[in-house]
Amino acid sequence: MSTPEANRRELTFGDAIKEALAEELRRDARVFMLGEDIAEAGTTFKVLNGLVEEFGTERVIDTPISEPGFTGLAVGAAMTGMRPVVDIMFGDFSGLIMDQVANQAAKIHYMSGGKLKVPMVLRTTMGAGRRSAAQHSQSLHAWYSHIPGLKVVVPSTPYDAKGLMKSAIRDDNPVVILEDKMMYKTVKGPVPEGEYTIPLGVADIKREGTDITLVATSSMVYVALDAAKLLDEIGIQAEVVDPRTLVPLDKKTLVESVKKTSRAIIVDEGYEQYGVTAELASVIADEAFYYLDAPVKRMGAMNVPIPFSPALEDLTIPNAKGVFEMAKILCNKS
Amino acid sequence: MSPIKTKKSHSRSDIDREQWLHMYEQMFKIRAFEEQVNELYQGAKMPGLAHLYIGEEAIAVGVCEALTTEDYITSTHRGHGHCLAKGASIDRMFAELLGKEAGYCHGKGGSMHIADQDTGNLGANAIVGGSSAIATGAAFSSKRLGNGRVAVCFFGEGALGQGLVYESMNMAQLWKLPVIYVCENNLYNEYTHHSETTAGSLKARAEAFGLTAVEVDGQNVREVHEAAQRLVERARKGEGPAFMLCNTYRYHGHHVGDIAREYYRPKEEELMWKTDRDPLKFLSGWLIENQMADAGIIEQIEGQVSGEVEAAVTFALNAPFPAPEEVRKHVYA
Repeated sequence: MSTPEANRRELTFGDAIKEALAEELRRDARVFMLGEDIAEAGTTFKVLNGLVEEFGTERVIDTPISEPGFTGLAVGAAMTGMRPVVDIMFGDFSGLIMDQVANQAAKIHYMSGGKLKVPMVLRTTMGAGRRSAAQHSQSLHAWYSHIPGLKVVVPSTPYDAKGLMKSAIRDDNPVVILEDKMMYKTVKGPVPEGEYTIPLGVADIKREGTDITLVATSSMVYVALDAAKLLDEIGIQAEVVDPRTLVPLDKKTLVESVKKTSRAIIVDEGYEQYGVTAELASVIADEAFYYLDAPVKRMGAMNVPIPFSPALEDLTIPNAKGVFEMAKILCNKS
Repeated sequence: MSPIKTKKSHSRSDIDREQWLHMYEQMFKIRAFEEQVNELYQGAKMPGLAHLYIGEEAIAVGVCEALTTEDYITSTHRGHGHCLAKGASIDRMFAELLGKEAGYCHGKGGSMHIADQDTGNLGANAIVGGSSAIATGAAFSSKRLGNGRVAVCFFGEGALGQGLVYESMNMAQLWKLPVIYVCENNLYNEYTHHSETTAGSLKARAEAFGLTAVEVDGQNVREVHEAAQRLVERARKGEGPAFMLCNTYRYHGHHVGDIAREYYRPKEEELMWKTDRDPLKFLSGWLIENQMADAGIIEQIEGQVSGEVEAAVTFALNAPFPAPEEVRKHVYA
């Protein structure tokens, strides 16, 4: 991982995000946050606890339960001098806000011939496994990635989440950040104190390897890393590449990795059909075709609404064992 | 809730003859512009379609004349009138409608997306009701930045079917934002009379959120302007949002291609509005009656504007299209 060795302070994924937001609120008076239950409640996930105490209710704003309304309000505020950070509690509510995001925020700069800008961040969640059933468990980052004009960030580590969040807030475009709700408290990692940013559009190699490339996003990075450990035991060295941002996409790092390993599996928690895995696989097929020794394989969420029962829900999400088995087949080790 | 009462027939002492003549000029400019747009369409010189504002000119002009250049507006698919009333120039408007590089958006927006930052126009919007939250957000910025600007959100009565409008009004009232929702009730949601789509009272919908709400004759620019001035002043002082219901009529069809309209509205109805309820006739008649103008002055204004429109359309027709490399520009800032 590309984390500096010097500073070994560890933060949870949620605390790293909160720290990024707090630093940007302190740095720039134009930044403000709005969403449902984000102030006193600190969000339903308690990720923002303490922010309203420091910044007040003028900058950490509890809204009505009106996702399209406050998302659109943020678009208008962004066009006129503010830098809003919108909190959409569950990614599943994306359907509610899609007109304001896809038809308004994403297109205003282009439609106005470059005159108007929409510097806003939209934070929302993704990830199954919380036993929250079909309307609170989806990973819909592909929806946003489909629309030109939006940037899309899917951080996997606390270090990445903080650095990417700060870049997103400073970006002059609408940026959507999807945070895996299962990682807020369970994922902990080194985050150096003080200022740093990570540019949007730069992938990170989370583990180096020579035999197969596992391209993984968000929490699937941990699935891929676990699979890589299992593969290591049977003599296969997997490289784990985390794009970190889907738009812009660092095609070069993906393609270079596959040119080196000649094999690739894409692991992503969005629905497999017409999803992120398909897009990334096509990039590899297009640009590393002559280096491939096996077909590029995709592993996404099963193409079913996420079921409630733990016995069923767990079947729908890619896991390390499944990635391990697929990698073995691609490497002729089965 | 006590709606602001508007006077029906008296001029305000602080608006002089020059301003009324200027408003006549603006209203005539919108009409002449739109008539030219219709001709461009009929002559197959304009790509796509356009939604004409003819018949509704008094609303855009009456409201925008109560605003400063820095104040914000958001507009609709029927937005040419709002853009012109807020100060856009006709040559760059025509150029945009024709998809030319010289247009306000380099030809990338077209009729339904004209935006002009320099005149506070945050853009026309082709999603019905789609800009209500954007205007509210602009008002939020004004309040937070303390710059005293007011935002006006124009929309038709069709937008009253959109939940977003009510979400916006709710937040505007909760946070006392300087935004005015101007509803142009031209009676028809596209091809359907609003009585078939809209239950209850239009004005009461805004009143339910605690907004100050007024209903005005949208064909009478003096009445529109007077109400707008009061509401703008009130909003600027921090007294919160308002709703203006302007009763009006769309002379043409939903868009330029909507020619055969008798299946949804009778010709007699159209004729009645054009003959008896025309906003330009109302203002010119009032100016003449009150000795602020005579027929010669009115003709002089009309002649001058017609000349400008002719020159502007010639400019736009002769202007070059954008270069191919423009297609990928401005996707991202």
